[in-house]
Amino acid sequence: MGKSTIFFKNKPRIISTYTIAGPKEAQANVGKFIHETLIDDRFGEDTFEKAECKMLSSCIQKAIKNSGKSLNEIDALISGDLLNQIISASFAARDYDFSYIGVYNACSTIVESMSLAGALVDGGYMKNVVVATGSHFATAERQYRYPLELGSTRPPQSQWTVTGAGAALVSTDGIFPKILSATFGKVIDFGVTDANNMGAAMAPSACETLVTLFNETKTSPSDYDLILTGDLGALGTRLLKILIEKRGYTIDNHVDCGEIVYNIKEEEYQGGSGAGCSAVVFNSYIYDKLLKGEIKKMIFMATGALLSTVSTQQGESIPGISHAVVIES
Amino acid sequence: MKAKTKDYNEEYLNLVKRLAPRTNEPRSLFNAFIVGGFICIIGQFIRYFLMYVFGIYGDELAGATSMVLIFIGCLLTGLGVYDKIGHYAGGGSIVPITGFANSVCSPAMEFKSEGYVYGLAAKMFVVAGPIIVYGISASVATGVVYYFINLLSA
Repeated sequence: MGKSTIFFKNKPRIISTYTIAGPKEAQANVGKFIHETLIDDRFGEDTFEKAECKMLSSCIQKAIKNSGKSLNEIDALISGDLLNQIISASFAARDYDFSYIGVYNACSTIVESMSLAGALVDGGYMKNVVVATGSHFATAERQYRYPLELGSTRPPQSQWTVTGAGAALVSTDGIFPKILSATFGKVIDFGVTDANNMGAAMAPSACETLVTLFNETKTSPSDYDLILTGDLGALGTRLLKILIEKRGYTIDNHVDCGEIVYNIKEEEYQGGSGAGCSAVVFNSYIYDKLLKGEIKKMIFMATGALLSTVSTQQGESIPGISHAVVIES
Repeated sequence: MKAKTKDYNEEYLNLVKRLAPRTNEPRSLFNAFIVGGFICIIGQFIRYFLMYVFGIYGDELAGATSMVLIFIGCLLTGLGVYDKIGHYAGGGSIVPITGFANSVCSPAMEFKSEGYVYGLAAKMFVVAGPIIVYGISASVATGVVYYFINLLSA
């Protein structure tokens, strides 16, 4: 078997973060940790796509500002989002005068970006790399589902795309939470075809990556204060726990960003999803806990469902992907 | 390492099926019945109103009633109310003609950002298009069958 985990020797650090989220997210559980909340989910723009792009761009700018670095100290931006041809990330990169590496792994993009940034910084190739991802409920709805004003019902296994963006600056200096290792996941497809049930589509890949991480880092779940997954939702979390129990692990210290991000009052059902979901929760609430030392060592694993509307309509099943990083405060 | 074959897992799919929450069908049916019925009652009121106040009768009356309902459907869509009714009522607000109006009006609003020609006009029928295509096809097929049955029975 090949190796999936890379260990960082120079311990790249996450020196600052910034998050922006919509009004709905702001009122929910992690709301008070989010750096900036939108009063209007158009963010003063005339389209939701522009709003999503602006969220990403502001996050990038303010994460850099928070770190005290100047814009010309930044070497690169690694970013991605859910829209076709990752337009939000690419258009946000238009605002900056440093290299841009566009990546896409659906909702697991934030950890994918962090891992790549970690490798670039750890190898000494770059000093400061910004990572950012985001999503918007309205843009995701129109791309993947129906027009907003259409009076259709949401099925109970579905999730709600988070309106929000998160950015983090990976760098070498300072005493900040450090990334110890990164485990790149494999694409796993157990044959789930229901595009409304992304938790079920992603859970097998989450299980696979976690087991790989435990094996390759020679650790067990109890070595971590927290195992944070991206957007499995309530159902996906349940499925992950069942799957991983069969592989001989119990994960009682597991929390899912999608499950905690909303109060589940409206029709969020299984919780939040989207590239912004884990980016917002980790970079606000969880990062805060890491800084305070309330969390010593954790796994941050974002999960992605690699579907498109075309593949769904052609009856293809949904492949899942999960990437994980181990972070120590 | 050899290329792996597809890892479809029947056991897992059954587990998903077992754990996935189901729609509460009696409740959905009840909501759909109440709201759908209520829309029909409103339609009936409009019909009587047009008949007694404006003196419209027959096919014209049916057409005028539909037009008023379509207008109300579009107006409520534009005001952002119809989707909320839809979340509650499900089929109850999709099946009546107001639901058809909503399904044409909502994509028109949504895709206006891509312009009046390639956005609004081109995308207007993304939801209602299939209904129109198969609705007309079915009515033509029914007409042909009806024609031959009439020939045979004559």
